[in-house]
Amino acid sequence: MNELFEMLSFSFMQRAFIVGIPVALCAALLGVSLVLKRYAMIGDGLSHVGFGALAIASAFNLAPLWVSVPVVIIAAFLLLRLSESSRIKGDSAIALISSGALAIGVVVATVGNGMNTDLSNYLFGSILATSESDAIMSVCLSVVVLALFIFFYGKIFAVTFDEGFSKATGVNSGAYNMVIALLTALTIVVGMRIMGTLLISSLIIFPALTSMRICRTYKKVIICSSVVSVVCFVAGIVSSYFLETPTGATIVLVNMLMFFAFSALSYLAKRRG
Amino acid sequence: MSIIKCDNISMSYDGVTVFDNLSFDVKSGDYLCIVGENGSGKSTLMKGLLGLKQVRDGRIIYSDGLKRNEIGYLPQQTGAQKDFPASVYEVVISGRLNKRGLKPFYSSADKESARLNMERLGIGQLKNKCYKELSGGQQQRVLLARALCATSKLLILDEPVTGLDPIAASEMYDIISKLNKENGITVIMVSHDIVAAVDHADHILHLSNKEVFFGTTGDYTHSELGSRFLYHNCHCEGCERHSRYHHDSSHIHKYTNRAEVERGE
Repeated sequence: MNELFEMLSFSFMQRAFIVGIPVALCAALLGVSLVLKRYAMIGDGLSHVGFGALAIASAFNLAPLWVSVPVVIIAAFLLLRLSESSRIKGDSAIALISSGALAIGVVVATVGNGMNTDLSNYLFGSILATSESDAIMSVCLSVVVLALFIFFYGKIFAVTFDEGFSKATGVNSGAYNMVIALLTALTIVVGMRIMGTLLISSLIIFPALTSMRICRTYKKVIICSSVVSVVCFVAGIVSSYFLETPTGATIVLVNMLMFFAFSALSYLAKRRG
Repeated sequence: MSIIKCDNISMSYDGVTVFDNLSFDVKSGDYLCIVGENGSGKSTLMKGLLGLKQVRDGRIIYSDGLKRNEIGYLPQQTGAQKDFPASVYEVVISGRLNKRGLKPFYSSADKESARLNMERLGIGQLKNKCYKELSGGQQQRVLLARALCATSKLLILDEPVTGLDPIAASEMYDIISKLNKENGITVIMVSHDIVAAVDHADHILHLSNKEVFFGTTGDYTHSELGSRFLYHNCHCEGCERHSRYHHDSSHIHKYTNRAEVERGE
């Protein structure tokens, strides 16, 4: 118990919780839509673009969030357009953009300041990377994402379930797709400092898939994946502190365990039912 | 009074023209079936009517006070919906969204409308069931209930019985006819089941690569295009003539005869 309090007395741990829990919540909410819309790869692509932007920002000594937020939002709109157009295959376009952005980021980061520890922090995340101003902005962004998600809940459901119907009956589905892309972009930029470029998409995909093992209605999936996401995040951070393992990777591992546990439960439920 | 009037419209798909200069109009209370072979432009026309696709030429005029958010649409199911976790109620009430504007939550009128439409289609007891675990016929009813939540005037149905077994299909047709006759809802249905279309609809639009028929079902059954696809026992002069033309198989007989001759029989 004392060790827990000691852990919480470190300011970097406090920041990690303050930034991380709202991000985990947002990622879980959006993840449900992204997974169901078959857009899961967009999250992955965006995080790579975010990495490129962060590397450029630090090479030019700019505030990382102020550069990466607009860049990733623009990339989100572009990726959405690409996956909607039938001429270019969406998945290969995403692969091109994400590996391109990653390459730019790696080159800029090494040429710019030659600091390889920094690079590794971006790629795999670090709870030490969040400064106080970052933390404040992250929390604000998360609150915006949460508020918009609740406000547009019904529409996000409709656009996710059946875009054609929404569009045909006069709901502006394009705009709501943009809202989803915008919220995803914000969540990824904020979350990638802790989780790392390569691991942030797991925060989006795992909770949604985990809760879909068991839950049968949209509302339950949304609630369940928020809870799963936050629980896994906290458990991941705490165990990474005690086991001295990298934070982002530990959170992903906890998420994986949860996924297998839920899969087993759903298998048992099916056999009994 | 026409509810939709298409005035010389032309549409293309991926740059290829699917039909040119098509004109027809749908009156309030009509039951129109759009039939035709694959690739004849049925789906493209329907997307045009729904505003999902631009017409290249001509105009589609919505009149009789019909607004964009008063169209109910029953789309074909997409692959993503096959494993979508959603309750029947969540799907049905989402049809009310087009009435909500920016307001975030459903009102009690929305909930009442969802309940009524579920009752109307006999799926009230499935309210909390998971959509993906229903049978094909039940899923179609759920989507139809959602479409009814979106409209009380015009339903546009895209192949509503595709993938249903014969009993579920005939139930679906009965429900649609009932909505049309008893509730006065205008129905536009895209189908390739011409026999069922003639049984239920009062107007037929037959798209074909060369010719187009638009008119009442009665006229259609006696038309050249109609008789090509329908087998019936009408012996009026026109039908007899078409039938002689379509069933003219003299060339086949000739061939067999020659074979017989060659074998020396």
